[in-house]
Amino acid sequence: MSARAVAIERGGRAGRAGAVAALAAFAFLATFPAWAPSDVMRLGVEFACLLALAQAWNLLAGYGGMVSLGQQAFIGIGGYTLFALANGLHVNAFLCVPAAGVVCALAAVPISRVVFRLHGGYFAVGTWVVAEIVRLLFANWSALGGGSGQSLTALVGFERSTREALTFWLALALVAASTGGVWWLLRSRLGLALTAIRDGDAVAESQGVDVARTKFVVYVAAAAACGVAGALYFLSALRISPDAAAGMGWIPLLFFAVIVGGIGTIEGPIVGTALYLALRQGLGDYGAWYLIADGAIAIVIMLVAPRGLFGLVAERFGMHLFPVRSIVRLPTPERIEP
Amino acid sequence: MSAGGLLVAQGICAAYGDVQALFDVDFRIEAGERVAIVGANGAGKSTFLATLTGAVRPTRGSVSLDGAVIDRTDAPQRARMGVALVPEGRRLFPSLSVEENLRMGAFARRAGPWTLASVYELFPVLAQRRALPATKLSGGQQQMVAIGRALMANPRLLLCDELSLGLAPVVIKDVYRALARVCDGGQAIVFVEQDVELARRMSDRTYCFLHGRVALEGASQALAREQISAAYFGV
Amino acid sequence: MLNALLQGILLGGLYALFAMGLAVIYGVMRLVNIAHGDLIVLAAYATLSVAALLHAGPFVAIPIVIAGFAVLGYVMQRGLLNRVLGADVLPPLVVTYGLSLVIQNVLLQAYSADARSLDVGGLATASLHVGGGIALGVMPLLVFGVALAVAAVLEYVFGHTRLGMAFRATADDRATVRLLGLDDGGVYAAAAAISFAVVAIAGLFMGIKTTFTPDLGPNFLLYAFEAVVISGLGSFWGTFVGAILLGVAQSIGFAINPGWGILAGHFVFLAVLLWRPTGLFARSAA
Repeated sequence: MSARAVAIERGGRAGRAGAVAALAAFAFLATFPAWAPSDVMRLGVEFACLLALAQAWNLLAGYGGMVSLGQQAFIGIGGYTLFALANGLHVNAFLCVPAAGVVCALAAVPISRVVFRLHGGYFAVGTWVVAEIVRLLFANWSALGGGSGQSLTALVGFERSTREALTFWLALALVAASTGGVWWLLRSRLGLALTAIRDGDAVAESQGVDVARTKFVVYVAAAAACGVAGALYFLSALRISPDAAAGMGWIPLLFFAVIVGGIGTIEGPIVGTALYLALRQGLGDYGAWYLIADGAIAIVIMLVAPRGLFGLVAERFGMHLFPVRSIVRLPTPERIEP
Repeated sequence: MSAGGLLVAQGICAAYGDVQALFDVDFRIEAGERVAIVGANGAGKSTFLATLTGAVRPTRGSVSLDGAVIDRTDAPQRARMGVALVPEGRRLFPSLSVEENLRMGAFARRAGPWTLASVYELFPVLAQRRALPATKLSGGQQQMVAIGRALMANPRLLLCDELSLGLAPVVIKDVYRALARVCDGGQAIVFVEQDVELARRMSDRTYCFLHGRVALEGASQALAREQISAAYFGV
Repeated sequence: MLNALLQGILLGGLYALFAMGLAVIYGVMRLVNIAHGDLIVLAAYATLSVAALLHAGPFVAIPIVIAGFAVLGYVMQRGLLNRVLGADVLPPLVVTYGLSLVIQNVLLQAYSADARSLDVGGLATASLHVGGGIALGVMPLLVFGVALAVAAVLEYVFGHTRLGMAFRATADDRATVRLLGLDDGGVYAAAAAISFAVVAIAGLFMGIKTTFTPDLGPNFLLYAFEAVVISGLGSFWGTFVGAILLGVAQSIGFAINPGWGILAGHFVFLAVLLWRPTGLFARSAA
């Protein structure tokens, strides 16, 4: 082997193209509040929230090896934090959105102590139990509106187009933060640790990875993301209730978006969330049929393409818009040894 | 008895993911023969046994049992065809008693001289402990259970992987004494061993593996110690 | 309060039926079937329809439903679940979650969201007066008795039959079982058949005890799961006791404040998880 150094590449052409396209897209989207219709912006906000949820779940399950069926606990805590702070303590509603993330991160600390006692399928259902506890606690909490919930009275009288604009820009920030955050995280040392954990806890431990701490950090980060997404979602909806906030209705999205889109990739949740919303817009009127299709598709994907749709594409074409893997380029040999 | 021998493996290549473990291994054993496989750790001995039991699919090459190619058969089928393994590390079932572990061997449903009674006759100490959880026994006794379990299948070919691992010398003697009795009955045996002298003494022929290849093969008594050393260490 | 305790114990009988089906599958193949509760609900609806078809009561319909469910379990395991069971935890969770969604919504389409019930006439409200002003329902007593019988049968099958031996060995070491000539896929399928049969029985008694709608499945999954975690993996008697503890917790919680009934059960689950993670009666690590 010659003395020329082995080159380690991060990007590739598709990666650089993706970065340019993303910047252009954001600039374009930021102009929406000036001219786009309200329902389009509302859909955009919803997409941002769902995407953040999907990225968080993907981080947990696809990289951290923790399949959670209980992220709705943090969606609920995030949403109710917004309402409690804005309605109850008259904090600026828009500032409450990032605050909700902080509250959820704090809540995740004791919760992780409980759920980390479980593993695999037990962990999944255990997180679900925790979410149910959260839902029931909110339902029994009359100061927060009890079973029927409450409206965001703090924003009554707030000028509508300003509210929609601020909400939309918050949504853009959330998309940038969640996707960018996950991308940054995976390129960091923590990301390397996660990739090792993905191959197996014991293997990772033997490589010196502090598995417990890594999983804890990921769990808290995912909780914060879900909290922010939840707060933003209910900010846009202007109304919250225990079932909507911490009920099971969030789970089909997570499964669909991440599984179908592609687990263990960053592009996957984007593709999956878009597909999920498209299907819902198209079939939403058919209620039960839409969910049947959801479930059936998830099953088929698991059988046929366990890496999801984008996982298939990435494998086939080696394409990554958000490159997190390092590609080793070996120098060409000067002579072929027999 | 077909001309090809009881079991013939030709050109076996095997890999774990991207790492190749076996390179072009040829192997044969006749009915009633005792064949030893020796080699350092990582030489590919256990991997080779795995290609015989069906646990690992070779990437190239072919295995025949009594002249019939068995490449397409899976592990349970091969067990029912008479290929039995005493696994490295015993792999007894912790939730089962000694007797239940032995009875698990009979799921291969093959006729022959080995029954619970005859296994207890071979290993009387097991009869006294038949109701105990199998993993509560000493290492040597567990090895006996593992051998007994394999015998319960009345195999045509018995594969033993590192029987002496973790056992005291006097226990190893007992185990191999019992194995000798099994061989006297005409059982074809392949055993993988770290102890080269033991392997030479107990076998008719010896193979020496090195880095996934067959480095040496021949009649056990005819091979000189220096030859085996050279093949074992690759000097 | 004594009444609440007794009602809780009897409720535990029903929860034991929920839990034992889950314990069979988890014990043999480490699979948490997310659709477990929905299958219980499906069984209730199936009993409803079969009974209507036969112009008879649920007790006449149930043998058919049990047989049908056993077959369903075998086929589903062989055809679908065996394909996704492996080292990765995600695929079986996704598939069983997908099944859960499909079952719930197919039932919704087929039967609408109206509450249904399995009609057993006077039996549903008959009660025995055991003195001290306490009345125990005949139906809950029957359920408790059936649950005891099921636990006994499962213990016997797992502990003293060749099939049970195969179950335990496969749960210990699937790869070695294959090397002994056993088809591990078939073992799993047999376990699923048994689990589904227990589920059918659970569905029958659930449908008699309460009105049911297509969306109740997840709740039942949680109760079954909590009972299994509280008791730990070991014996079906342990699962039985775990279920009773859950039933008592819920019942006493409900007596204190109706809104807190289910929560009390959740808290007991949390407490066991924090204090004794492997369960109260675990034979070995789960």
